[in-house]
Formats: sequence, structure tokens, C-alpha cells
Amino acid sequence: MLSPVILIPVLLNGLMTGAVYALIALGLTLIYGVLHIINFAHGAMLTAAMFACYFAFKTLGIDPYLSLFVLAPVFFALGYVLQRFVIGPASHGEDRNMLLVTLGLAVVIENALLVNFRGDTRTIDVPYAFATINLGFTFLAVPRLVGFVAVFVVAIALWLIMSLTDTGRAIRAVAKEKLGAQLQGIDVPHIYAVTFGLGTACVAIAACLLMPSYYVNPGAGNAFVLVAFTIVVLGGMGSVPGALIGGLTIGVVESLCSLFLGDSLGQVGIFLIFIAVLLVRPQGLFGAKA
Amino acid sequence: MKSFVPVALVIVALAVLPLFVQSNVVLNFLVVTLMLALAGQGWNILGGYGGQYSFGHAIFFGTGAYVTAILQVKYGVNAWLAFGCGMVAGAVVGTVVGWLAFRAGLRGSYFALVTLAFAEVLRIVASVAPITGAGVGTLVNLDMRFSAMQFQSRAVFYWLILSLVAAALIITWLIERSRFGAWLIAVRENEDAARALGVNALTVKLGAMVISGVVTAAAGCFYVQYFLFVDSHIAYGTWISVEALLTPIIGGAGTIFGPLVGALVVRALGEGALLITGHAPGLDLVVFGMVLIAVVWFSPSGIIGLRKTLLGKFRRPAAEVRRG
Repeated sequence: MLSPVILIPVLLNGLMTGAVYALIALGLTLIYGVLHIINFAHGAMLTAAMFACYFAFKTLGIDPYLSLFVLAPVFFALGYVLQRFVIGPASHGEDRNMLLVTLGLAVVIENALLVNFRGDTRTIDVPYAFATINLGFTFLAVPRLVGFVAVFVVAIALWLIMSLTDTGRAIRAVAKEKLGAQLQGIDVPHIYAVTFGLGTACVAIAACLLMPSYYVNPGAGNAFVLVAFTIVVLGGMGSVPGALIGGLTIGVVESLCSLFLGDSLGQVGIFLIFIAVLLVRPQGLFGAKA
Repeated sequence: MKSFVPVALVIVALAVLPLFVQSNVVLNFLVVTLMLALAGQGWNILGGYGGQYSFGHAIFFGTGAYVTAILQVKYGVNAWLAFGCGMVAGAVVGTVVGWLAFRAGLRGSYFALVTLAFAEVLRIVASVAPITGAGVGTLVNLDMRFSAMQFQSRAVFYWLILSLVAAALIITWLIERSRFGAWLIAVRENEDAARALGVNALTVKLGAMVISGVVTAAAGCFYVQYFLFVDSHIAYGTWISVEALLTPIIGGAGTIFGPLVGALVVRALGEGALLITGHAPGLDLVVFGMVLIAVVWFSPSGIIGLRKTLLGKFRRPAAEVRRG
């Protein structure tokens, strides 16, 4: 059972799945770091982006990896508009209300998709869906490898935005000290909306990376929500490196659990980590004490 | 609310209703509405009065439902006893989850997240564990006898759920008048200040979680007796977590009648949406989600608070976004 021939591919697989988890968690943790709320609409956004990617391929014939470059800005705009004109004004600046509004959005988006597309599970057939690279000792699925690399490109791009641009500096300022940032003339509602947009764009990219090897139905995003939440708790709320390392860890744990416990219980291993982290270190591995 | 008179009046008015309404459709509507109001009342005790927003009250509803069903089907326990055990199980789950979450000092976003995660995991476990009937679910045998807690007449079911709702209303009324209720509200308004004044926030929140768990579990137990079936999606699905918080938020969180008013409005809207569009699955939830956002946006204190909002006497200060 523990022979490296089985174990190494499982570990590699876990790392590659984990990278996409990490990207989803990155969006979540970014929003948490600045707005101090958990975006419960994150999973629904992912589902919506997956549907967008699906229909871009089915009706326009656009490859998922190309539609990424369209969907990321589109979802950035969507996130911006939602935060600026719905979530922000609707919650009157209260955390509890923000939670309720994002939950409301999640319910609306998910069920609007259900009403329109029913519960059918859909997949797309790209020629490279089952392409593999021979590493000598094991095979790597091409879509997963692309996903893995892309996630790190996105993470670096995000880091560059955060550290080099004025908007990035403004985001960090608002995250640290909202009132102080406001006094410096930073438009806080605008920065909130930009952050929300960036988080949503992460989800759109994740959706395009997932589609070549995954399916979509109105509940598809939910499968990733619990995982993304766990990663964010594990890595520490608002911590970007935490999200990346947490994502990879969770990916490996999940694929090991699937190997030893069977597919359906793979996520239970994640949950055990979740409880353990809450009990021992609720601020996460990289988070400051809440 | 100081006086018991309004509570008693509402209960009596609801109790005599089946004497005038014979239609099974209407009775069925009312039974399900009261069941949601009961689940919502449980949420209201913890979320409305205690300010701890749970996004996973399905953990109680589902546990109550499964315990009631499994004890009857697999172990031949009497239905009434199984119902009681289901409520006790709600208290146990409340204690465990509450202790885990509150001991770790989880508030706000974190608490919502943890409850949601617990519900999600219980759903996954219930969908594979043999004892819950896994993906097939558990079917309770049809046995129309009083001893099996199944009734020929919808009206009897109605009175059963009404007596549970009445009990929950009285419990809420008692909490509101008690010292415990004052502590709970103090924790909601400002936990740090409450603790500084000597309120044991952990015990108070845990107490609220346990009462909340029992009340919402009762709704789950009733679900099983009424529909005679439960599976992982019904028991631990998002729908019940959403409905349990929707009814008090829409009606008015932290008020005695909030969940009842909210349940009536939500159900009327949901049924209306389904009637107009010919039962498209999910459409009622789209409407619920929009109503939730609209209520938070335009009347944060719910329908009960709407009058005050409209009169402009109640102006909500634009509070600072509090950190962590």
C-alpha cells in the first residue's frame, strides 16, 4: 500500500488539486483581510464562473484557458459592482449584515443557476483533457499541471499588484487601519470594491483552470467551499502565504485520505484538520491572534 | 415584551384556527410554516438575542430528524420517546459544537463559518454512513396510530406543531424577562463590555446554543413524523440552515414573534413564486435570497421593526466596521 509507486502520484495529484484550492482560498482570504468578513457567496461565484466558462466553450468554442483572460476582468467588474452597489450599501457597515447579504447572494446565484440550467451535470471535452506528461516514474495530467503553474503566476501577479501599485498600497492601508486610510484621502468603499473584485477574479481564474478536468452543476462550487474555508482557517484568516501553503497541504491530505478511506470520505480528513486547528490554534498557522 | 397577554392571544388564535379552516392544503401550508417558525425560533434565541449568527442550524434540525427516524426504524423505539431523544440529541450537539466554537473564542464570521462547516460535514457523513441509510435515506413505516405519533387528521399534526411553537414562544418570553436574557443581550451588544461587568460570556452563549439546539431539533423531529422520510439533503442541507435564519431575520431578530411573522411571509412568498412559475425547482430560494438582502438593506430590524423604520423614529447609526 505504501509503495512509492502509488504514493508519489497521489502526493503529486494532491499538490496540483491543492494549488487550485489555494487560488480559491486566496480570493477568500484577500476579501477577509480587507473587509473582515467571510464572503459566503464565494462558492456560488465559482459556480457562476464555471458556467460562464462552460458556455463560452459550448456556444463560442473558446478554450477554457483563453476564456480565462476574458472572464477574469468580467468577474472583477462583477465583484466590484456587487460590493459597491449591493453588499456595501445593503449592510450599513455592519459585519453581521454583510454576512447575511453575502449568504443571500449565494442563495440567489446558486438557485438562479438551478432554475435556468436544472441540476444536470455538464462537462466539456477539450482535446488535452486526458493528455499526460511522462516523468519516468509517474504520469502528470496536463490540465492539472497547467493549473498548478497558473496558480503561482496569479499569486505572483497579485503580490506585485499589492506591493508596487498605488491601489495595492491603498488596499494594504485599508486592511491595516481603515480610519487612518480614510483620513489620508483613500476612498474606502472603492478599495473595498476593488478587493472584492480581485477576490472574485481569483475565483473566475480557478473556474477556468478547473473546467478542462472537472464538471459543473449548480452545486459544483459548494464542493470547494468547505475546502476553501478550511484552508483559510488553517492558513490564518487574511494571510496570503497561509492560503497558498494551506491549499497545498489540504490538497495532499485530501488525496491521501481518498487513498486510504475511499473517495466519499476524502473530505472527512479535511474536517478533522479543521476541528484540530480550531481547538489548538484558532488563529491559524500564519494568522495573528484574532 | 413584559406582558404575557400578546403571547397567549397569539397561541389561542392559532389554536382555534383549524375549527374554521378545513382545507387540507391550507392546513398543510400552516403546518410547514409553523415547523419553519419553530426552527427559526431556535435560531432566534442564539442569533437574535445572543448575536451569534449561525449559518448551519441544519446541524440541529438534521440531528433531531435522524435520531427520531433511526431510533424508530432500526431500534423499534416508541415514536414519542424517539422524538424526545431527538430533542436531547439537539442539546448534546449544541453543547459539543458550542463548546468547540466558543471556547476557541470564535465570533462573527468565524462562528458562522464553523457552524456551516459542521453542517456540511455532517451532511457528507450522513450521505455515506450505513446507519443513516446513506444515499437512500431513512423511511419511517406508515403506522397511523397515536402511539406511533402519526395522525389521520392534518389538524392533529397542526396542534402538535403548534404546541411545540407555543412552548418555544413561552421559552423565548421567559428568556426575555430573565436575568439570563439580559446577559445574552449584553453579550450581543458588546461582548467585551459584558465580560468586564462580570457576565460569563462563555456560559451564557453555551446556554443559548443548547436551548437553541433543542428548539430547532424539535422542528427536525417533527419533520420526520410529518413526512416520514429523511435523507442527508433534507436533514443537513443548506435549505434548512437558510430557512432557520431567514425567518427570524425577516420577521425581526431578537423579538418574540419575529420567526412566526417571518415564516408566514417567507412561506407565502415562496409558494406564490412557485405557483406563478409552475414549480421550477430553486425559484422559491431565489426569492428568499432576494428578500433576505432587501430586508437587511431597507429594514434591518425586520418586518416587526418596519413600522418604526417607516416612522423614522428608529434611525440606525452607521456603525463602524468592527475588527475581529
